[in-house]
Amino acid sequence: MSAVIIYTAVAIAQFMLVVAMAIAAVRMFRGPRAQDRIIGLDTIYINAMLLLVTFGIGTGRVIYFEAALVIGLLGFVSTVALAKFLMRGEVIE
Amino acid sequence: MIYPAVDLPLPVAFAVAFFLLVGAALALIGAIGFLRLPSFYERLHAPALGTSWGIGGIMLASMIYFTAASSRLVIHEILIGIFVTFTTPITFMLLARAALHRDRTARSHGVPRKYPIGPEERPREDDESQAS
Repeated sequence: MSAVIIYTAVAIAQFMLVVAMAIAAVRMFRGPRAQDRIIGLDTIYINAMLLLVTFGIGTGRVIYFEAALVIGLLGFVSTVALAKFLMRGEVIE
Repeated sequence: MIYPAVDLPLPVAFAVAFFLLVGAALALIGAIGFLRLPSFYERLHAPALGTSWGIGGIMLASMIYFTAASSRLVIHEILIGIFVTFTTPITFMLLARAALHRDRTARSHGVPRKYPIGPEERPREDDESQAS
């Protein structure tokens, strides 16, 4: 019974997160200016991180947590680098 | 190491399901707001819904699940929570400043001026009561 509850919730949550990633991808392709595309990328990596943790709950494996942690670290660095590029035209001065 | 969900007690399963659904629904609402809001500076607010309680709900669900399934205290998901909570304002502030800089150099309308404004742009005397 508890397994049915957890697996149903995991399936619904995965569907919601995939829809959120698709919406953010729509904004990333449609976005009028470059900063909209960068926030779309930011939303996509946050949702991918949440999706990996949800996979971890669904399968019962701990290894997905480490992948989510790596995605979080690298996504932050990439978004900061893109924002710096928009501001100054160069990443490292 | 695999921890299956077959022999969890029912209240734990309900708590895990509740926090998972709350987190995923908040992430989805943030993405919908990000698609529908009209201007960039309003659009910047919407994904923070997913990065505050979206992250918080799903990390709480993962902590409860692995603590109950492995019957020991598992709280390493709080690392992601703390990290994202600290880094999201930094990225959004940098992006907003970059967008403001780009809008000012493009001279588009509806963008606030830089703070030390020139004497010809200073607000008139009768505007001060309204401004303060």
